[in-house]
Amino acid sequence: MIIAIASLAIRGLEMGIDFTGGTLIEVGYQKAADVTALRKTLGEIGFADATVQNFGTAKDVLIRLKPREGVNSNDLSSQVLEAINKTTAEPASVRRVEFVGPQVGDDLAEDGFLALLYSTLGILIYIAWRFEWKFSLGAVIATFHDVIVTLGVFSIFQLEFDLTVLAAILALIGYSLNDTIVVYDRIRENFRDMRDTPTEDIMNIAVNDTLSRTIMTSATVFLVLLALFIWGGAVIHNFSIGLLFGVVFGTYSSIFIASPMALILGICPEDLMVPIKEGSEMDQMP
Amino acid sequence: MQNHFPLWKNILILAIFFISLVYALPNLYSEDPSVQISSNLTTVTLKDQSARIEAAIKAAALPTKAFETKDKQILARFNNTDDQLKAADILRDQLGNDYTVALNLAPTTPTWLRALGADAMYLGLDLRGGVHFLLEVDMDAAVKQAEERYTDDVRTALRTAKIRYLAVVKDPDFIKIKLKAIEDKPALLALLSKELRTLNVTEPAAQDQVWLKISELEVRDIKKSAVAQNMTTLRNRVNQLGVAEPVIQQQGENRIVVQLPGVQDTTRAKEILGTTATLEYRLVDTEHDAQQALQGHVPVNSKLYYEKNGAPILLNRRIIVTGDQIVDSSSGADEDGRPSVNITLNGVGATKMGKLTQANVGKPMAVVFIEYKVDTKIVNGEKVRHKEKVEKVISVATINGVFSKRFQTTGLDSPQEARNLSLMLRAGALAAPIDIVEERTVGPSLGQDNINKGFLSFIIGFVAVVLFMVVFYRMFGLIANLALAFNVVIVVSILSMLQATLTLPGIAGIILTVGMSVDANVLIFERIKEEIRNGSSPQTSIFAGYEKAFATILDSHVTNLVVAIVLFAFGTGSVKGFAVTLIIGILSSMFTAITGTRMVINWIYGHRKVEKLSI
Repeated sequence: MIIAIASLAIRGLEMGIDFTGGTLIEVGYQKAADVTALRKTLGEIGFADATVQNFGTAKDVLIRLKPREGVNSNDLSSQVLEAINKTTAEPASVRRVEFVGPQVGDDLAEDGFLALLYSTLGILIYIAWRFEWKFSLGAVIATFHDVIVTLGVFSIFQLEFDLTVLAAILALIGYSLNDTIVVYDRIRENFRDMRDTPTEDIMNIAVNDTLSRTIMTSATVFLVLLALFIWGGAVIHNFSIGLLFGVVFGTYSSIFIASPMALILGICPEDLMVPIKEGSEMDQMP
Repeated sequence: MQNHFPLWKNILILAIFFISLVYALPNLYSEDPSVQISSNLTTVTLKDQSARIEAAIKAAALPTKAFETKDKQILARFNNTDDQLKAADILRDQLGNDYTVALNLAPTTPTWLRALGADAMYLGLDLRGGVHFLLEVDMDAAVKQAEERYTDDVRTALRTAKIRYLAVVKDPDFIKIKLKAIEDKPALLALLSKELRTLNVTEPAAQDQVWLKISELEVRDIKKSAVAQNMTTLRNRVNQLGVAEPVIQQQGENRIVVQLPGVQDTTRAKEILGTTATLEYRLVDTEHDAQQALQGHVPVNSKLYYEKNGAPILLNRRIIVTGDQIVDSSSGADEDGRPSVNITLNGVGATKMGKLTQANVGKPMAVVFIEYKVDTKIVNGEKVRHKEKVEKVISVATINGVFSKRFQTTGLDSPQEARNLSLMLRAGALAAPIDIVEERTVGPSLGQDNINKGFLSFIIGFVAVVLFMVVFYRMFGLIANLALAFNVVIVVSILSMLQATLTLPGIAGIILTVGMSVDANVLIFERIKEEIRNGSSPQTSIFAGYEKAFATILDSHVTNLVVAIVLFAFGTGSVKGFAVTLIIGILSSMFTAITGTRMVINWIYGHRKVEKLSI
């Protein structure tokens, strides 16, 4: 957690063009591409700041350009393609071109931030309604932990943070909460069944009761994400990385952070003694 | 009986299963690359043309799979994309301007499925290839244009009412009227409140002046209609480009999303969509000297322009006709072979043009070509949008005779320019300039790649989870796997029914759902195991397991759902696709994992004495 925050503070996130604005061009060749030659060509025509790297395989190349001063941004991609097609023997096939204007980048970043904010609020309210505010706060703190650590991973390895990663982070919030709620639910049940047991023990028992389930579910989710990471292609690589790390941290946090947090906040059996009629809704459901 | 469903419940679950199976089915059929031909003319029936089209394709020796003529369009299916592209080129050449030839992917779904309204999922651009544009409408320019129009209107109204004025000028804040005589002021105010009610009137300290401003309400209307009109125009232009299934939607207050599936030539698409080129016809001011105007002495009723060769020219402020009065145009060449655009005006434009040419035979008239260019530049680290209105006089010709409805304009640089201009005039002018603020192009090879990779990782992930469940939960795991498969079928069928867009992150969402939807079953099974450990009988354990796990499942899924809905609300494009699959997946997994597995378990374990559960 501390390492993650430090890295975020010092190195920051490698923001993708979705948020910074800029141009991204992915081209494909039949044979392995000569990245150095491409870099040189681009430098010659005034794109010295372009980053050129292999993407996924040696045959695919990704070119990133920053938003530029004084040039009509719409024509950039055509200029670049023209230049690189002159140097290489084989014409590049364009696999993808993305251009995001600076204004749109700002908007997307703002929307992303709002999405994080509103989902957190939504959760706070829902858990406070179904459980109790101390749980609610505990869950949110645990979720924050997951988000920050996952972002930290992206910062440490300088992985590109784009829209799909943001989606992964949000999906992770949902997933991690899912885990936390299951534990909370057990705590609530134990509070009611074991009135004389100290709060700390109740929590311990609840975490232990749900441990095998937590591990099973995390394992299945981890499996599908691994499949997505290995076979899903380079476009959603960072998406799967974000979720893979997120699931590990999410599992850890719902066991070791969420409940202790509620404990620190002073949760006690009386908080949950409100008789909630669960039976009534269950009768209708199979 | 504890573990027994009433008959209606079993039937309901099975019915849902079969219905989703039917609606998921179309996704198994592939799509044919095809060419879709429709006519812009209402008089010609395509039936007469189909023989000609068939012959044209046969002549090029392109094998076709099938020919279909539906009420308003002809569909030719091909075996591969190469043949499709070749055929489209040939047809475009042969059929000319009156037909739209569009590339399309035609589904091969059998008729009985189509009769049920079952269609395959709609693939997003990242899966089928194509271009996505986000266009921003320049609202300030729209308002400015309206202000100019009003300034003209005020002048005309004053002249008709015979109120003498020294000047009517527009500055950044107001349209300022300066009267010749203060006595006319009451008459002016009366006129304004009668004929120009949408303008707010300010009376400054200077007694001979009245300042006007467009009201807030009117400004809002102007902005709204600028976006609406731009969308119509864009739709027309896209139709001219020949794109099947384009998406044109408003996003936010001033942005428009344009998605063109299958389009690869982005440069041309950008040219057609982005340029706000239009024409204006004005009389040349022959009474004043352009050279003098260069030094700053521009006459009140004239405006200074430059010709293509850079020579200054004075044109009358009053516009005869503008681009929006043009109803049709086509490109061609004049007698000397120079590229030209043939123009047809609407009634109002024709009357105006007729009157004007009648009164001005022998005088020169100029054609002004107007284009907006927008750049985003970075100045001192600040992003500054720089907008430029480029106006140039493309031709000056003497009015030789009276003409009104149809005439020709020359002075264009190339046949290509003539073609683009005529296309844009035909599609209508944009009400306000637009600026491409986001562009995403996906090549067809990457699209197919994405589908393949997405599908592969889905299969592998699915198999891994299935094995995992069987190893840990035996018989119950097997049942959970049935529910899992059922869940995927439901998700696919709902996506197909809603015709929601499937994107690569959407596929990732389905894969994630596979991993997460067993969660409900894991919760239930762990609970059943626990009950057994506590010494309950198998039947009671099953019952209690489902019962006790339910509240947990509900709470955990609802929180997950809250997040997915927020993601849907704030996500754009492919991220939205991810959120959609996630939402549907969460909901349907609750159904399958709880009700579906329960039904099967009841079939197997209900009604009999069970000694031991295979869990």
